[in-house]
Amino acid sequence: MAKVFVIAEQRDGRLKKSTFELLGASAAAGNETHAILLGEGVAGLAAELAHYGANKVHVADHAGLKFYTADAYAQVILGVVKSSGAEIILAGHTPTGRDLMPKLAARLDAGLASDCTSLAFEGATVKVRRPVYSGKATAEVEFIGSGPKLVSMRSNALGVPKPDTSKTAEAVSVAVSLGDLKTKVTEVVKGASARPDVTEASIVVSGGRSLKTAENFKLLEDMADVVGAAVGASRAAVDAGYRPHRDQVGQTGKVVSPALYVACGISGAIQHLAGMRTSKVIVAINTDSEAPIFQVADYGVVGDLFQVVPALQGELSKMKDH
Amino acid sequence: MNIYVCIKQVPDTETKIKLNGDNSGIDTTGIKWIVSPFDEFAIEEALRLREKNPGSTVTVLSAGPTRVVEAIRTALAMGADNGIHVETPETADSNYSAKALAGALKKEPKVDIVFTGKEAIDDGAAQGSQLIAEFAGLPYATVVLNAEYGASSVKCKREVEGGAFEMLEVQLPALIAAQKGMNEPRYASLPNIMKAKKKEVKVLKASDVGVADADQKIRFKNFQLPPPKQAGKKISGDPATQAKELARLLHEEAKVV
Repeated sequence: MAKVFVIAEQRDGRLKKSTFELLGASAAAGNETHAILLGEGVAGLAAELAHYGANKVHVADHAGLKFYTADAYAQVILGVVKSSGAEIILAGHTPTGRDLMPKLAARLDAGLASDCTSLAFEGATVKVRRPVYSGKATAEVEFIGSGPKLVSMRSNALGVPKPDTSKTAEAVSVAVSLGDLKTKVTEVVKGASARPDVTEASIVVSGGRSLKTAENFKLLEDMADVVGAAVGASRAAVDAGYRPHRDQVGQTGKVVSPALYVACGISGAIQHLAGMRTSKVIVAINTDSEAPIFQVADYGVVGDLFQVVPALQGELSKMKDH
Repeated sequence: MNIYVCIKQVPDTETKIKLNGDNSGIDTTGIKWIVSPFDEFAIEEALRLREKNPGSTVTVLSAGPTRVVEAIRTALAMGADNGIHVETPETADSNYSAKALAGALKKEPKVDIVFTGKEAIDDGAAQGSQLIAEFAGLPYATVVLNAEYGASSVKCKREVEGGAFEMLEVQLPALIAAQKGMNEPRYASLPNIMKAKKKEVKVLKASDVGVADADQKIRFKNFQLPPPKQAGKKISGDPATQAKELARLLHEEAKVV
């Protein structure tokens, strides 16, 4: 059993799925599981953290924590973990987690295993593996030295547990006094799309250069919206200007691990496969039966995406109506 | 301005990865080494900042074995003024490398700004930028798509999830970690490639920059290649039949929709 601290992440008062994954995994292993919750007006979220496995929630509610900055968040988190003898510190490998965790590791003179895809608790330590060379290989991470062990986990790698609404946690309020800060968020510009992010979605529908135009991506967007999926793209499609870079899946884009990845008109270049091969189920739709994408696909459809995708959308809609 | 760029040399994106004999790492035989793609945006941003501020210099740093001097030369050929190579072992982790680079920065008379790529595509740890900043005592902004440089601060547009952006103001001196798309990196011209050969690359040992074995915090071991995937199911028929069968399999067999 270990003393585990999970950095709870919320945006606009909604907790992230990745936080539930971490709490669930820690609680299932019988650890003393703490959550650290930061923000403004977030105290009400403590109960939900308990439902997913937190035994104790440290709440830092302060106007200066409304927006995440590594500067301010690290000050508060370090205060909590240093005074309570944290053995393991977990966060999601999300835009916030990846920005923050190295700073905590440096201040704690500790090691950080980032972007891990497997996690097992062993006494007061953890056994983790992570992809290297963008998933072309994986490696186990060994921690050296005696400090706390920091791990950031890739979204969807652990799975979200079923919440137990009968569970409660002790909530303790963290005194916040923010010292000299060198960074400040002046504005958060919301994304135009209501679709989930490619790195967080359970289903990702991606398109390649075969889509031929930016407008044709509407085909994928329409299908994505039926199942609440994110829309991704290959590097070729991004380089051709069909999609913004933030949607790119691959070695020089995002690395994703959804439950279902649907590759439409993507040939499967090695650098694309690197970004999506840890997806649980992979569907490939491509006219070229020799395309390398079929080698990693669980279900292969040799066919024209312009015909198959609308038909598939129809089938998925029917399924949803039932 | 004294502008610095920290870069990493990595295997080319098209590299097929093979493991070494005891699975303690990869077989580097025949690998083509490149400057990590995100670092190219960092180099370009540094050069543009120098062009806007005449009299500035751009110094490129890289930590690693002797081969990384090639990466420094690539940056010099793009137009950087001089280089610093910090000799570190092949197996150094992010913490060790970052401490080495920060140590080299701290030996410089004055650092106004440091650029990096938001992550390197070899281990993809996305730790180096933040660690360098922390060890050098600098605030940072990562995954930056656009930066406006003021006299005492930089206004950064930082990419976060779901297509949202955070506008982050960072006080100078600071470290800025570039995201792809921050600019359009230039190619090295032939005259610049020739000139780069004559530019100075200073060499520092880990001991010169105050790094010791205890700065290694993690080690990668037991490397594995992804298990070969079993042949998937091919779904045949006309598009309507294919779609129907695929939807059924995703629902009943894979249980993902």
